[in-house]
Amino acid sequence: MATTPTREVARRVFAGEFNDSTYTFKESDDERAPVYVLLPTGERANRVFVVGTLMETEDVGTDSEYWQGQVIDPNGDRFYMYAGQYQPDAAAMLRELEPPAYVAVVGKPRTYETDEGEVNVSIRPESISEVDAATRDRWVVETAERTLERVQAFEADAPDDPDDGATVDEYVAMARQQYDRPVENYRRLVVEALESLEADDELEASADD
Amino acid sequence: MTDLRTHATEIHEQFADQLEVSVDEIEERLDTLVNEYKVPVSEARRSVTNTYLDEAGMERDDLGGGGGNEQVQLADVDAPEEWVDITAKVVELWEPRSDAVAQVGLLGDETGTIKFTKWSKSDLPTLDEGGVYHLRNVVTDEYQGRFSVKLNRTTVVEELDEDIEVGDEDVTVEGALVDIQSGSGLIKRCPEEDCTRVLQNGRCNEHGEVDGEFDLRIKGVLDDGETVHEVLFDREGTEDLTGIALEEAKDMAMDALDTSVVADEMRADVLGRYYRVSGPTFGRYVLVDEMERLSDPADPEAVLIKARSI
Repeated sequence: MATTPTREVARRVFAGEFNDSTYTFKESDDERAPVYVLLPTGERANRVFVVGTLMETEDVGTDSEYWQGQVIDPNGDRFYMYAGQYQPDAAAMLRELEPPAYVAVVGKPRTYETDEGEVNVSIRPESISEVDAATRDRWVVETAERTLERVQAFEADAPDDPDDGATVDEYVAMARQQYDRPVENYRRLVVEALESLEADDELEASADD
Repeated sequence: MTDLRTHATEIHEQFADQLEVSVDEIEERLDTLVNEYKVPVSEARRSVTNTYLDEAGMERDDLGGGGGNEQVQLADVDAPEEWVDITAKVVELWEPRSDAVAQVGLLGDETGTIKFTKWSKSDLPTLDEGGVYHLRNVVTDEYQGRFSVKLNRTTVVEELDEDIEVGDEDVTVEGALVDIQSGSGLIKRCPEEDCTRVLQNGRCNEHGEVDGEFDLRIKGVLDDGETVHEVLFDREGTEDLTGIALEEAKDMAMDALDTSVVADEMRADVLGRYYRVSGPTFGRYVLVDEMERLSDPADPEAVLIKARSI
Protein backbone atom coordinates (compact mmCIF):
# COMPACT_ATOMS: atom_id res chain seq x y z
CA MET A 1 0.00 0.00 0.00
CA ALA A 2 1.46 3.35 -1.00
CA THR A 3 1.80 5.62 1.96
CA THR A 4 0.22 8.99 1.42
CA PRO A 5 2.58 11.72 2.51
CA THR A 6 1.33 13.13 5.77
CA ARG A 7 0.28 16.72 5.76
CA GLU A 8 2.74 19.08 7.41
CA VAL A 9 1.53 20.66 10.62
CA ALA A 10 1.20 24.45 10.68
CA ARG A 11 3.56 25.77 13.37
CA ARG A 12 2.60 28.63 15.66
CA VAL A 13 5.33 31.20 15.90
CA PHE A 14 5.56 34.92 16.65
CA ALA A 15 7.01 37.13 13.94
CA GLY A 16 10.11 37.92 16.04
CA GLU A 17 11.11 34.26 16.04
CA PHE A 18 9.90 33.55 12.50
CA ASN A 19 12.04 36.31 11.02
CA ASP A 20 15.09 34.83 12.80
CA SER A 21 14.48 31.44 11.14
CA THR A 22 16.96 31.95 8.34
CA TYR A 23 18.37 28.43 8.09
CA THR A 24 16.60 26.08 5.66
CA PHE A 25 17.11 22.38 4.99
CA LYS A 26 15.58 19.25 3.45
CA GLU A 27 15.24 15.84 5.04
CA SER A 28 16.07 13.93 1.85
CA ASP A 29 17.82 14.40 -1.48
CA ASP A 30 14.57 14.03 -3.36
CA GLU A 31 13.98 17.08 -5.52
CA ARG A 32 10.40 17.30 -4.31
CA ALA A 33 11.20 16.76 -0.63
CA PRO A 34 9.67 19.45 1.59
CA VAL A 35 11.84 22.41 2.56
CA TYR A 36 11.91 23.36 6.23
CA VAL A 37 13.02 26.48 7.99
CA LEU A 38 14.60 25.88 11.36
CA LEU A 39 13.00 27.78 14.21
CA PRO A 40 15.65 29.03 16.67
CA THR A 41 13.74 27.34 19.51
CA GLY A 42 14.56 23.99 17.90
CA GLU A 43 11.69 22.93 15.66
CA ARG A 44 11.34 22.53 11.91
CA ALA A 45 8.57 24.34 10.06
CA ASN A 46 7.24 23.64 6.57
CA ARG A 47 3.98 25.45 7.19
CA VAL A 48 2.84 28.19 9.55
CA PHE A 49 -0.51 29.54 10.72
CA VAL A 50 -0.56 33.17 11.78
CA VAL A 51 -3.33 35.52 12.83
CA GLY A 52 -2.65 39.21 13.16
CA THR A 53 -3.43 42.66 11.90
CA LEU A 54 -2.92 43.29 8.20
CA MET A 55 -1.18 46.69 8.18
CA GLU A 56 -0.20 47.27 4.58
CA THR A 57 -0.75 45.75 1.18
CA GLU A 58 1.13 46.72 -1.97
CA ASP A 59 1.48 45.42 -5.49
CA VAL A 60 5.25 45.19 -5.84
CA GLY A 61 5.19 43.32 -9.16
CA THR A 62 6.78 44.74 -12.26
CA ASP A 63 5.27 42.75 -15.15
CA SER A 64 2.42 41.02 -13.40
CA GLU A 65 0.68 41.49 -10.09
CA TYR A 66 2.79 40.46 -7.10
CA TRP A 67 1.20 41.41 -3.81
CA GLN A 68 3.03 42.03 -0.58
CA GLY A 69 1.15 41.95 2.70
CA GLN A 70 2.44 42.92 6.12
CA VAL A 71 0.82 41.41 9.18
CA ILE A 72 1.78 42.67 12.62
CA ASP A 73 1.75 40.56 15.79
CA PRO A 74 1.14 41.81 19.35
CA ASN A 75 4.86 42.48 19.83
CA GLY A 76 4.88 44.90 16.90
CA ASP A 77 6.92 42.50 14.74
CA ARG A 78 5.80 41.95 11.17
CA PHE A 79 5.24 38.91 9.01
CA TYR A 80 5.90 39.60 5.33
CA MET A 81 3.99 37.65 2.74
CA TYR A 82 4.07 37.59 -1.07
CA ALA A 83 1.40 36.23 -3.41
CA GLY A 84 1.51 36.26 -7.20
CA GLN A 85 -0.12 34.47 -10.10
CA TYR A 86 0.48 31.04 -8.57
CA GLN A 87 -1.39 32.01 -5.40
CA PRO A 88 -4.44 33.59 -7.06
CA ASP A 89 -6.77 33.34 -4.05
CA ALA A 90 -4.27 34.85 -1.62
CA ALA A 91 -3.31 37.54 -4.15
CA ALA A 92 -6.99 38.40 -4.61
CA MET A 93 -7.43 38.75 -0.86
CA LEU A 94 -4.43 41.10 -0.58
CA ARG A 95 -5.81 43.12 -3.49
CA GLU A 96 -9.26 43.42 -1.96
CA LEU A 97 -8.68 43.73 1.80
CA GLU A 98 -8.61 47.21 3.32
CA PRO A 99 -5.98 47.46 6.07
CA PRO A 100 -6.19 47.44 8.99
CA ALA A 101 -7.98 44.08 9.25
CA TYR A 102 -7.55 40.93 11.29
CA VAL A 103 -6.45 38.13 9.00
CA ALA A 104 -5.61 34.44 9.38
CA VAL A 105 -2.87 33.23 7.06
CA VAL A 106 -1.82 29.66 6.29
CA GLY A 107 1.36 29.42 4.30
CA LYS A 108 4.83 28.12 3.61
CA PRO A 109 7.97 29.76 4.98
CA ARG A 110 10.34 31.05 2.30
CA THR A 111 13.79 32.62 2.59
CA TYR A 112 15.75 34.78 0.17
CA GLU A 113 19.12 36.41 0.35
CA THR A 114 19.42 40.11 -0.36
CA ASP A 115 22.28 41.69 -2.32
CA GLU A 116 23.77 42.68 1.04
CA GLY A 117 23.90 39.01 2.02
CA GLU A 118 21.09 39.26 4.54
CA VAL A 119 18.54 36.45 4.68
CA ASN A 120 14.90 37.53 4.78
CA VAL A 121 12.15 35.18 5.83
CA SER A 122 8.64 35.51 4.40
CA ILE A 123 5.42 33.56 3.93
CA ARG A 124 4.03 32.26 0.66
CA PRO A 125 0.36 32.16 1.57
CA GLU A 126 -1.88 29.20 0.76
CA SER A 127 -4.90 31.03 2.10
CA ILE A 128 -5.77 34.34 3.68
CA SER A 129 -9.10 34.97 5.36
CA GLU A 130 -10.53 37.83 7.34
CA VAL A 131 -11.26 36.91 10.99
CA ASP A 132 -12.43 38.57 14.20
CA ALA A 133 -10.60 39.82 17.29
CA ALA A 134 -11.47 36.72 19.36
CA THR A 135 -9.75 34.48 16.81
CA ARG A 136 -6.69 36.72 16.90
CA ASP A 137 -6.58 36.65 20.73
CA ARG A 138 -6.93 32.88 20.70
CA TRP A 139 -4.02 32.61 18.28
CA VAL A 140 -1.84 34.81 20.51
CA VAL A 141 -2.43 32.57 23.55
CA GLU A 142 -1.99 29.40 21.50
CA THR A 143 1.21 30.67 19.92
CA ALA A 144 2.49 31.69 23.35
CA GLU A 145 1.84 28.15 24.62
CA ARG A 146 3.52 26.44 21.67
CA THR A 147 6.51 28.78 21.79
CA LEU A 148 6.90 28.24 25.51
CA GLU A 149 6.83 24.46 25.02
CA ARG A 150 9.65 24.79 22.50
CA VAL A 151 11.67 27.05 24.80
CA GLN A 152 11.27 24.56 27.65
CA ALA A 153 12.27 21.61 25.47
CA PHE A 154 15.28 23.58 24.25
CA GLU A 155 16.44 24.41 27.76
CA ALA A 156 15.89 20.86 29.01
CA ASP A 157 18.41 19.72 26.39
CA ALA A 158 21.48 21.25 28.00
CA PRO A 159 24.36 20.92 25.53
CA ASP A 160 27.13 21.20 28.15
CA ASP A 161 25.74 18.28 30.11
CA PRO A 162 25.78 15.14 27.95
CA ASP A 163 24.86 13.07 30.98
CA ASP A 164 21.70 14.90 31.97
CA GLY A 165 19.71 11.93 30.74
CA ALA A 166 17.63 13.97 28.36
CA THR A 167 17.68 12.71 24.81
CA VAL A 168 18.99 15.44 22.59
CA ASP A 169 16.32 16.48 20.12
CA GLU A 170 17.58 16.59 16.54
CA TYR A 171 16.23 20.05 15.84
CA VAL A 172 17.29 21.50 19.17
CA ALA A 173 20.81 20.29 18.43
CA MET A 174 20.56 21.78 14.93
CA ALA A 175 19.37 25.12 16.32
CA ARG A 176 22.28 25.24 18.76
CA GLN A 177 24.65 24.57 15.90
CA GLN A 178 23.13 26.95 13.33
CA TYR A 179 22.12 29.91 15.46
CA ASP A 180 23.73 31.95 18.17
CA ARG A 181 20.53 33.41 19.56
CA PRO A 182 19.54 33.04 23.20
CA VAL A 183 16.11 31.40 23.43
CA GLU A 184 15.45 33.74 26.36
CA ASN A 185 14.55 36.30 23.67
CA TYR A 186 11.65 34.13 22.55
CA ARG A 187 10.42 33.58 26.09
CA ARG A 188 10.35 37.34 26.40
CA LEU A 189 8.26 37.58 23.20
CA VAL A 190 5.75 35.24 24.86
CA VAL A 191 5.52 37.35 28.01
CA GLU A 192 5.16 40.60 26.10
CA ALA A 193 2.50 39.20 23.77
CA LEU A 194 0.43 37.92 26.67
CA GLU A 195 0.86 41.13 28.65
CA SER A 196 -0.48 43.08 25.69
CA LEU A 197 -3.66 40.98 25.79
CA GLU A 198 -4.07 41.64 29.49
CA ALA A 199 -3.52 45.36 28.92
CA ASP A 200 -6.28 45.28 26.29
CA ASP A 201 -8.58 43.67 28.83
CA GLU A 202 -7.83 46.32 31.42
CA LEU A 203 -8.47 49.07 28.90
CA GLU A 204 -11.82 47.55 28.08
CA ALA A 205 -12.62 47.11 31.76
CA SER A 206 -11.83 50.73 32.58
CA ALA A 207 -13.82 51.87 29.54
CA ASP A 208 -16.82 50.04 30.97
CA ASP A 209 -16.65 51.99 34.25
CA MET B 1 -24.71 -5.61 42.15
CA THR B 2 -22.62 -6.41 45.23
CA ASP B 3 -19.11 -7.70 44.92
CA LEU B 4 -20.13 -11.17 46.03
CA ARG B 5 -22.98 -11.19 43.55
CA THR B 6 -20.51 -10.40 40.77
CA HIS B 7 -18.22 -13.23 41.83
CA ALA B 8 -21.18 -15.57 42.12
CA THR B 9 -22.35 -14.67 38.62
CA GLU B 10 -18.91 -15.31 37.18
CA ILE B 11 -18.60 -18.65 38.92
CA HIS B 12 -22.10 -19.50 37.76
CA GLU B 13 -21.12 -18.80 34.16
CA GLN B 14 -18.21 -21.21 34.43
CA PHE B 15 -20.46 -24.06 35.55
CA ALA B 16 -23.75 -23.21 33.86
CA ASP B 17 -23.27 -25.97 31.29
CA GLN B 18 -22.28 -28.67 33.78
CA LEU B 19 -24.24 -28.10 36.96
CA GLU B 20 -27.75 -27.26 38.03
CA VAL B 21 -26.79 -24.51 40.42
CA SER B 22 -28.23 -21.03 40.83
CA VAL B 23 -26.39 -17.78 41.31
CA ASP B 24 -28.19 -17.41 44.64
CA GLU B 25 -26.78 -20.68 45.97
CA ILE B 26 -23.28 -19.70 44.97
CA GLU B 27 -23.66 -16.26 46.51
CA GLU B 28 -24.88 -17.86 49.73
CA ARG B 29 -21.80 -20.08 49.94
CA LEU B 30 -19.54 -17.10 49.32
CA ASP B 31 -21.46 -15.04 51.85
CA THR B 32 -21.03 -17.69 54.54
CA LEU B 33 -17.28 -17.87 54.01
CA VAL B 34 -16.70 -14.14 53.71
CA ASN B 35 -19.13 -12.65 56.18
CA GLU B 36 -19.43 -15.41 58.74
CA TYR B 37 -15.94 -16.96 58.71
CA LYS B 38 -14.07 -13.82 57.62
CA VAL B 39 -12.33 -15.58 54.74
CA PRO B 40 -10.80 -13.18 52.19
CA VAL B 41 -12.94 -12.93 49.06
CA SER B 42 -10.27 -14.39 46.76
CA GLU B 43 -9.86 -17.43 49.00
CA ALA B 44 -13.61 -17.86 49.33
CA ARG B 45 -13.94 -17.79 45.57
CA ARG B 46 -11.19 -20.36 45.13
CA SER B 47 -12.81 -22.61 47.72
CA VAL B 48 -16.30 -22.38 46.22
CA THR B 49 -14.94 -22.94 42.71
CA ASN B 50 -13.10 -26.06 43.91
CA THR B 51 -16.30 -27.39 45.46
CA TYR B 52 -18.12 -27.16 42.14
CA LEU B 53 -15.15 -28.56 40.21
CA ASP B 54 -15.38 -31.68 42.41
CA GLU B 55 -19.12 -31.89 41.95
CA ALA B 56 -18.81 -31.63 38.18
CA GLY B 57 -15.82 -33.96 37.99
CA MET B 58 -13.82 -31.29 36.17
CA GLU B 59 -10.24 -30.09 36.34
CA ARG B 60 -9.40 -26.44 36.95
CA ASP B 61 -7.93 -26.27 33.43
CA ASP B 62 -11.35 -27.10 31.99
CA LEU B 63 -12.67 -23.78 33.17
CA GLY B 64 -13.27 -20.72 31.08
CA GLY B 65 -12.78 -20.10 27.38
CA GLY B 66 -11.77 -23.62 26.40
CA GLY B 67 -8.15 -23.01 25.44
CA GLY B 68 -7.93 -20.22 27.95
CA ASN B 69 -8.44 -17.32 25.61
CA GLU B 70 -8.38 -13.84 26.92
CA GLN B 71 -11.76 -12.16 27.25
CA VAL B 72 -11.22 -8.86 25.44
CA GLN B 73 -13.16 -5.69 24.84
CA LEU B 74 -13.64 -4.65 21.25
CA ALA B 75 -11.59 -1.47 21.49
CA ASP B 76 -8.64 -3.59 22.67
CA VAL B 77 -8.52 -5.67 19.49
CA ASP B 78 -5.33 -4.33 17.96
CA ALA B 79 -3.62 -7.27 16.25
CA PRO B 80 -4.65 -9.84 13.64
CA GLU B 81 -4.74 -13.60 14.17
CA GLU B 82 -5.38 -13.63 17.88
CA TRP B 83 -7.82 -16.06 19.44
CA VAL B 84 -10.07 -14.24 21.88
CA ASP B 85 -13.41 -14.39 23.67
CA ILE B 86 -15.80 -11.48 23.41
CA THR B 87 -19.17 -10.49 24.78
CA ALA B 88 -20.98 -8.23 22.34
CA LYS B 89 -24.27 -7.12 20.89
CA VAL B 90 -25.14 -7.53 17.23
CA VAL B 91 -25.56 -3.90 16.23
CA GLU B 92 -26.20 -4.46 12.53
CA LEU B 93 -26.46 -7.33 10.11
CA TRP B 94 -25.36 -6.71 6.53
CA GLU B 95 -26.12 -8.57 3.33
CA PRO B 96 -23.38 -11.17 2.76
CA ARG B 97 -21.71 -10.67 -0.62
CA SER B 98 -20.58 -14.25 -0.96
CA ASP B 99 -22.11 -17.68 -0.39
CA ALA B 100 -19.13 -18.56 1.76
CA VAL B 101 -20.33 -16.04 4.31
CA ALA B 102 -23.37 -16.98 6.39
CA GLN B 103 -23.62 -13.71 8.29
CA VAL B 104 -21.71 -10.44 8.33
CA GLY B 105 -22.29 -7.32 10.36
CA LEU B 106 -21.25 -5.16 13.23
CA LEU B 107 -20.71 -6.19 16.85
CA GLY B 108 -20.57 -3.67 19.66
CA ASP B 109 -19.70 -3.47 23.33
CA GLU B 110 -19.17 -0.63 25.80
CA THR B 111 -15.84 0.22 24.21
CA GLY B 112 -16.75 0.34 20.54
CA THR B 113 -17.73 -1.66 17.50
CA ILE B 114 -16.06 -4.20 15.22
CA LYS B 115 -17.02 -6.01 12.03
CA PHE B 116 -17.68 -9.73 12.26
CA THR B 117 -17.87 -12.48 9.67
CA LYS B 118 -19.43 -15.90 10.20
CA TRP B 119 -18.54 -18.52 7.63
CA SER B 120 -21.23 -20.74 6.11
CA LYS B 121 -19.23 -23.91 6.56
CA SER B 122 -18.68 -23.30 10.28
CA ASP B 123 -22.31 -24.27 10.88
CA LEU B 124 -23.07 -21.96 13.80
CA PRO B 125 -26.43 -20.78 15.14
CA THR B 126 -27.89 -17.65 13.55
CA LEU B 127 -27.17 -14.39 15.34
CA ASP B 128 -30.09 -11.99 15.70
CA GLU B 129 -29.80 -8.26 15.31
CA GLY B 130 -29.97 -6.70 18.77
CA GLY B 131 -29.03 -9.96 20.50
CA VAL B 132 -26.20 -10.12 23.01
CA TYR B 133 -23.81 -13.06 22.76
CA HIS B 134 -20.82 -14.50 24.51
CA LEU B 135 -18.55 -15.66 21.70
CA ARG B 136 -15.74 -17.96 22.69
CA ASN B 137 -12.86 -18.70 20.36
CA VAL B 138 -13.14 -16.10 17.64
CA VAL B 139 -10.11 -15.02 15.66
CA THR B 140 -9.15 -11.44 14.88
CA ASP B 141 -8.27 -10.17 11.43
CA GLU B 142 -7.05 -6.94 9.93
CA TYR B 143 -7.62 -5.25 6.58
CA GLN B 144 -6.04 -1.87 5.79
CA GLY B 145 -5.66 -0.98 9.41
CA ARG B 146 -9.22 -1.91 10.38
CA PHE B 147 -9.84 -4.91 12.58
CA SER B 148 -12.57 -7.53 12.44
CA VAL B 149 -13.36 -10.86 14.08
CA LYS B 150 -14.18 -14.14 12.36
CA LEU B 151 -16.48 -16.74 13.84
CA ASN B 152 -15.32 -20.22 12.91
CA ARG B 153 -16.08 -23.91 13.40
CA THR B 154 -14.60 -23.92 16.92
CA THR B 155 -16.47 -20.84 18.08
CA VAL B 156 -18.95 -21.32 20.92
CA VAL B 157 -21.98 -19.05 20.67
CA GLU B 158 -23.97 -18.43 23.81
CA GLU B 159 -26.89 -16.02 23.81
CA LEU B 160 -27.06 -13.89 26.94
CA ASP B 161 -30.17 -12.43 28.50
CA GLU B 162 -28.80 -8.96 28.96
CA ASP B 163 -28.33 -5.74 27.08
CA ILE B 164 -25.15 -3.86 26.29
CA GLU B 165 -24.96 -0.12 25.89
CA VAL B 166 -22.81 0.06 22.78
CA GLY B 167 -20.16 2.74 23.10
CA ASP B 168 -19.16 4.87 20.20
CA GLU B 169 -15.58 5.44 19.33
CA ASP B 170 -16.11 9.16 19.02
CA VAL B 171 -13.06 11.31 19.05
CA THR B 172 -12.93 15.01 19.78
CA VAL B 173 -10.40 17.20 18.04
CA GLU B 174 -9.88 20.92 17.95
CA GLY B 175 -7.72 23.42 16.19
CA ALA B 176 -7.71 26.06 13.50
CA LEU B 177 -9.42 25.15 10.22
CA VAL B 178 -6.37 25.60 7.99
CA ASP B 179 -7.61 24.06 4.75
CA ILE B 180 -10.73 23.15 2.84
CA GLN B 181 -9.84 20.50 0.31
CA SER B 182 -11.05 20.02 -3.23
CA GLY B 183 -14.28 18.08 -3.45
CA SER B 184 -15.85 20.41 -0.88
CA GLY B 185 -18.85 22.70 -1.20
CA LEU B 186 -21.66 21.95 -3.64
CA ILE B 187 -21.12 18.49 -5.05
CA LYS B 188 -23.09 15.95 -7.08
CA ARG B 189 -23.62 12.36 -6.05
CA CYS B 190 -24.54 9.34 -8.14
CA PRO B 191 -28.33 8.74 -7.97
CA GLU B 192 -28.10 4.97 -8.49
CA GLU B 193 -29.55 2.98 -5.62
CA ASP B 194 -27.05 2.42 -2.79
CA CYS B 195 -24.42 4.37 -4.71
CA THR B 196 -23.53 7.71 -3.21
CA ARG B 197 -20.24 8.22 -4.99
CA VAL B 198 -19.29 11.82 -5.67
CA LEU B 199 -19.28 12.55 -9.40
CA GLN B 200 -16.13 13.75 -11.15
CA ASN B 201 -17.06 15.89 -14.16
CA GLY B 202 -20.55 14.36 -14.19
CA ARG B 203 -19.24 10.81 -14.13
CA CYS B 204 -19.58 8.14 -11.47
CA ASN B 205 -16.67 5.74 -11.14
CA GLU B 206 -19.10 2.85 -11.09
CA HIS B 207 -22.06 3.93 -13.21
CA GLY B 208 -20.51 6.28 -15.78
CA GLU B 209 -22.35 9.39 -16.94
CA VAL B 210 -25.38 10.06 -14.71
CA ASP B 211 -27.63 12.92 -13.67
CA GLY B 212 -26.20 13.68 -10.27
CA GLU B 213 -28.03 14.82 -7.18
CA PHE B 214 -26.77 17.92 -5.40
CA ASP B 215 -25.33 17.62 -1.92
CA LEU B 216 -23.11 19.63 0.40
CA ARG B 217 -19.98 18.54 2.19
CA ILE B 218 -16.69 19.90 3.46
CA LYS B 219 -13.42 18.06 3.65
CA GLY B 220 -11.36 20.16 5.99
CA VAL B 221 -8.19 20.11 8.04
CA LEU B 222 -8.04 21.04 11.72
CA ASP B 223 -4.56 21.89 12.96
CA ASP B 224 -3.60 22.69 16.55
CA GLY B 225 0.06 23.38 15.85
CA GLU B 226 1.10 19.88 16.87
CA THR B 227 -1.11 17.49 14.94
CA VAL B 228 -3.43 17.66 11.95
CA HIS B 229 -6.81 15.98 11.63
CA GLU B 230 -8.83 15.62 8.47
CA VAL B 231 -12.50 16.21 9.19
CA LEU B 232 -15.55 15.54 7.06
CA PHE B 233 -18.75 17.55 7.40
CA ASP B 234 -21.86 16.05 5.81
CA ARG B 235 -24.70 18.22 4.48
CA GLU B 236 -26.12 18.96 7.90
CA GLY B 237 -22.66 19.63 9.33
CA THR B 238 -21.76 21.87 6.42
CA GLU B 239 -24.97 23.87 6.80
CA ASP B 240 -24.29 24.14 10.51
CA LEU B 241 -20.69 25.23 9.95
CA THR B 242 -21.22 27.73 7.16
CA GLY B 243 -24.83 28.83 7.56
CA ILE B 244 -25.31 28.07 3.86
CA ALA B 245 -28.18 25.67 3.16
CA LEU B 246 -28.37 23.37 0.14
CA GLU B 247 -31.08 25.41 -1.63
CA GLU B 248 -29.12 28.62 -1.12
CA ALA B 249 -25.96 26.95 -2.40
CA LYS B 250 -27.80 25.82 -5.55
CA ASP B 251 -29.04 29.38 -6.13
CA MET B 252 -25.53 30.74 -5.70
CA ALA B 253 -24.16 28.25 -8.21
CA MET B 254 -27.02 29.01 -10.61
CA ASP B 255 -26.36 32.76 -10.48
CA ALA B 256 -22.66 32.28 -11.08
CA LEU B 257 -23.10 29.40 -13.56
CA ASP B 258 -20.36 27.75 -11.52
CA THR B 259 -20.54 25.43 -8.50
CA SER B 260 -17.11 26.43 -7.23
CA VAL B 261 -18.43 29.78 -5.94
CA VAL B 262 -20.04 27.85 -3.08
CA ALA B 263 -16.76 26.43 -1.80
CA ASP B 264 -15.13 29.84 -2.23
CA GLU B 265 -17.82 31.49 -0.14
CA MET B 266 -17.48 28.78 2.51
CA ARG B 267 -13.71 29.19 2.64
CA ALA B 268 -14.10 32.89 3.31
CA ASP B 269 -16.52 32.15 6.15
CA VAL B 270 -14.63 29.45 8.04
CA LEU B 271 -10.92 29.29 7.13
CA GLY B 272 -8.61 30.40 9.93
CA ARG B 273 -11.24 30.07 12.67
CA TYR B 274 -10.95 27.69 15.60
CA TYR B 275 -13.33 24.75 16.01
CA ARG B 276 -13.87 21.73 18.20
CA VAL B 277 -15.57 18.77 16.52
CA SER B 278 -16.44 15.26 17.59
CA GLY B 279 -17.64 12.15 15.84
CA PRO B 280 -16.61 8.65 14.81
CA THR B 281 -13.53 8.09 12.70
CA PHE B 282 -13.61 6.59 9.23
CA GLY B 283 -10.25 5.87 7.68
CA ARG B 284 -8.24 9.01 8.20
CA TYR B 285 -11.31 11.22 8.61
CA VAL B 286 -13.27 12.31 11.64
CA LEU B 287 -16.93 12.30 10.58
CA VAL B 288 -18.31 15.38 12.27
CA ASP B 289 -21.44 14.80 14.37
CA GLU B 290 -21.07 17.81 16.58
CA MET B 291 -19.16 21.01 16.13
CA GLU B 292 -18.53 24.09 18.13
CA ARG B 293 -16.87 27.32 17.13
CA LEU B 294 -14.23 28.27 19.70
CA SER B 295 -14.87 31.96 19.92
CA ASP B 296 -14.48 32.51 23.64
CA PRO B 297 -11.94 35.12 24.46
CA ALA B 298 -8.76 33.24 25.24
CA ASP B 299 -7.43 33.44 28.79
CA PRO B 300 -3.75 34.31 28.79
CA GLU B 301 -3.30 34.23 32.57
CA ALA B 302 -2.15 30.62 33.05
CA VAL B 303 0.35 30.75 30.18
CA LEU B 304 1.67 34.07 31.40
CA ILE B 305 2.33 32.69 34.87
CA LYS B 306 4.19 29.77 33.32
CA ALA B 307 6.17 32.02 30.99
CA ARG B 308 7.26 34.25 33.86
CA SER B 309 8.28 31.31 36.01
CA ILE B 310 10.96 29.86 33.73
